[in-house]
Amino acid sequence: MSHPRQLFIILALLGIIGLAAAAYAWWPRPNDWTAAERATLQTLGLDSLPPLPADPSNRYANDAQAAAWGEKLFFDTRFSVNGQVACGTCHLPQLGFQDGLPLGKGVGQTGRRTMPIAGTAYSPWLFWDGRKDSQWAQALGPLESAVEHGSSRTQYAHLIATAYRDEYEAIFGPLPDLTGLPAAAGPVDNPSARAAWEGMSAAGQEAVNQIFVNIGKAIAAYERTLLPQPTRFDAYVQAAVAGDTAVMRDLFTADEVAGLRLFIGQANCIRCHNGPLLTDNDFHNTAVSQAPGLPEDLGRAAGAPQVLADEFNCLSAYSDATSEQCAELRFILAEGEQLIRAFKPPSLRGVAQRPPYMHAGQIATLEDVLIHYNTAPTAPAGHSELEPLNLSPAELEQLLAFLQTLNE
Amino acid sequence: MSKKIVTILVTAAVTATLLIVLFIFLMPTYGPRFLHPLMADSMPQSMPAGRAEHMMNAAPPAGLDTAANRLTDNEQFRVSFSSDLDPVVINQMHSWTLHVETAAGQPVENAEILVDGGMPQHGHGLPTQPQVTEYLGEGNYRVEGLRFQMGGWWEVKFDITADGHDTITFNLVLGG
Repeated sequence: MSHPRQLFIILALLGIIGLAAAAYAWWPRPNDWTAAERATLQTLGLDSLPPLPADPSNRYANDAQAAAWGEKLFFDTRFSVNGQVACGTCHLPQLGFQDGLPLGKGVGQTGRRTMPIAGTAYSPWLFWDGRKDSQWAQALGPLESAVEHGSSRTQYAHLIATAYRDEYEAIFGPLPDLTGLPAAAGPVDNPSARAAWEGMSAAGQEAVNQIFVNIGKAIAAYERTLLPQPTRFDAYVQAAVAGDTAVMRDLFTADEVAGLRLFIGQANCIRCHNGPLLTDNDFHNTAVSQAPGLPEDLGRAAGAPQVLADEFNCLSAYSDATSEQCAELRFILAEGEQLIRAFKPPSLRGVAQRPPYMHAGQIATLEDVLIHYNTAPTAPAGHSELEPLNLSPAELEQLLAFLQTLNE
Repeated sequence: MSKKIVTILVTAAVTATLLIVLFIFLMPTYGPRFLHPLMADSMPQSMPAGRAEHMMNAAPPAGLDTAANRLTDNEQFRVSFSSDLDPVVINQMHSWTLHVETAAGQPVENAEILVDGGMPQHGHGLPTQPQVTEYLGEGNYRVEGLRFQMGGWWEVKFDITADGHDTITFNLVLGG
């Protein structure tokens, strides 16, 4: 105690060193990622996308001729009851193969939001509720929906015979004789078309089904070629994996980096939006509200029994797969509370360019989607997987900034 | 004299305050290793993200047994699994081979085995309905239809009936 002045100086120095250490620890170094975080980032980048998986249920899946023909069918409005609706009417290429509307509009209005197509070749389940298990089976649904293309499979068979006979036969072999086939018949809502279908022989139905299925398989061969495009985010992941801070700093603002950190961390986004497609292609109840004016939508709880009963599923006679190749269908989870109002998360690639959001376009803006996840309301039915995130408005802004780096 | 004491006391108080503040402010950097276990247990799972890896998502409980070869809950059987997909990654359908033997090491033939599981921290079950599809001989069983759709702590439970009945829960911690 004889040198209080020296003691004071030592303590003061200690304090200053401490403050400097704190400043160093708290100084923002947004592009520092731990090894575990880098590994997570790598799983999300497009470089981690595996090669296109085989579709054993469609022997024409990788047939270039089928894909080229399928593209024509995709945009041909003659495949509809009023000559005005093609697949491309709602799946607009310039809008990322969706339409920007809350509910899809074909010849009538559907009860669901039009889904984007890129990368769906990787998904075991198609549609928001997964009621189809292949791209080709999915393509056939809207063709016979009363509010989408609105027609029936014999009309499409006649159209192939008159407008596309050569192209069809070059790929699939000779068309059967269609004489005497009803102009409009199929297992559809329209009572006269349904009656006409029920009046046909089993052999006649099977011949038409084969043509109908081949239409789907050609469209699927085209849709398989629609893949996600590299984004600024993918370039950032490459730089992060390489540890190239200068490139990272060039590519992302501090807010975008902070948003990415929340995305893989506190905001729990990657629970469902994981892998290079930023979706697990499974089904989740995230407490999305029931759309007003529409019948109650049970999501996967309704879709699972439908795909099991589907005449065109992987185990059907029209599938080219062996039953061993239909593992997703054979081991499907078809019952239970976790399926109620569970819907498939779409890929987040290009998400900021695709308002409105959710399965019936219930949420108009991405800002409001983030508020929904942040507050985690109670599900209208079933059990929501969400927990409140308690993120600040500034943090939600950061997430929003990050999601825009996924623009295509 | 009294001025000297006051100076010392003030300096000491300021330094102590600084050290306490530092301890708190540096916590995100060095993680909760100096926290009393009681405090650590009461921390909410959604605590603010820091730089520490284990805070990225709800962490599995400390000391979770992730061994792939264990005795069943009542030590009736010894069970092990090996996955066709190794390491197990998310979003891929795959199969396991389950080996069941008695605690004494004799292969258990033609057992009836049920599969269940889920994520205890998320409150949901498996996304598929895996099943034992084939007895392969020598106490080996084929389990088909496994797919995990997110990273984190998963439980896969087997309910085994042979000469006796027992259950076992394997723990997996998946990345991604």
